[in-house]
Amino acid sequence: MRQPLLALLAKEPAHGYELKLALEQTFGEAYPSPNIGQIYVTLKRLETDGLVSSQDVEQDSRPNKRVYELTALGREALTAWVHEPIEGPRVRDEFFMKLVLAPMAGLADRMELINAQRRHYFGMMRNLMDMQAGMDAATPAARLLIEGAVLHLQADLDWLERCQEELV
Amino acid sequence: MIDLLASGGRPPDDTPVLLRAKGLVKVYRSGGLSVEAVRGVNIEVGIGEFVAIMGPSGSGKSTLLHLLGGLERATYGEIWLRGQRVDRLSESAWAVLRRRHVGFMFQFFNLLSTMTVADNVELPALLAGATPRQARRRREVLLAELGITAKANAAPYRLSGGEQQRVALARALANEPGLLLADEPTGNLDSASARDVLRLLRRTHEAGQAILMVTHDAKVAGLADRVISLFDGMVADDARVIPAPRRSAAVGDFLELRG
Repeated sequence: MRQPLLALLAKEPAHGYELKLALEQTFGEAYPSPNIGQIYVTLKRLETDGLVSSQDVEQDSRPNKRVYELTALGREALTAWVHEPIEGPRVRDEFFMKLVLAPMAGLADRMELINAQRRHYFGMMRNLMDMQAGMDAATPAARLLIEGAVLHLQADLDWLERCQEELV
Repeated sequence: MIDLLASGGRPPDDTPVLLRAKGLVKVYRSGGLSVEAVRGVNIEVGIGEFVAIMGPSGSGKSTLLHLLGGLERATYGEIWLRGQRVDRLSESAWAVLRRRHVGFMFQFFNLLSTMTVADNVELPALLAGATPRQARRRREVLLAELGITAKANAAPYRLSGGEQQRVALARALANEPGLLLADEPTGNLDSASARDVLRLLRRTHEAGQAILMVTHDAKVAGLADRVISLFDGMVADDARVIPAPRRSAAVGDFLELRG
């Protein structure tokens, strides 16, 4: 949550609720709505670390709101984050452990394990396709998020097929 | 060892069976060698059901589809379409039945290059006995639904891959078949075209079209009612697709954005 908030603040100063809205508008329904409490806690920590600063702004007939802005240090940290390549995603290897080890101990049949896992993946794919069907008007970021999830799931299924070919 | 009988899935009990295959075997013989491409497959497809056939290359998917569509003869086994045994029919009798009740969509479209898009789509309806007026009406509706009305008078080779695929789908549906057979309908398509084809398949299926489709594309499995997994010419699994339990309505169950 830290870097996305810094990135949004790099555009313009904002208060916590505005940041929550900006995240929702960018990533759409496809991404879980950030918890406002978590946003405030993160902002507080960023301030302690000197990456953002804040000031109270008075509002008519409402409590003051706290507006945050990026510090020079914050901009430096953000720039470093933006230009740093990230580690590739980790392969979900729990199923693979089961698949390799359980049959050795006579605990399960590999074909049954693969079929059960595959059925689960198909069910997940159904969920994604249902989400995608309702997304024609969504933001590009939201649509690409689903497409990314679909591609990862396709890779999981392809790997399952390879395991089936080699191990069954 | 794969239990090829115990896992034989079937349509829900209240769905009448449209297509049934029992003990299908296909052996290819060449010289002194024989290869068993399909080794005892039982399949049922219900009226209006959408069934995907998946499996590694060489697992017998396309051969199975060809057997079920009568493009190749099975070595052993029975095929029943709409309650009628078809595998013993003569070539021509089966061809007539197919024109009426089965639509084919191939991976490489097989559109006739010397005919316009419109003629390609109308032809199967005409062959099935529709009047020219009926065939034209049906073609107009299909092309409109697929968003390719403007291409009606074009030659197929002037179209993009995605457009050709849509024409192939229109042609397969032209004679209002009870069953659509499709071989890798999203193969070789860019993601936008694949999405168009999937959307159409979803819509057609929702309107009651039965579909039996061979595919590598797991997205198709997400649309199907059932997925049959083939392995070494046998059914390794045959399962209804049931949405996985969700923690939230968002994509977070699949992909976590960090930062």
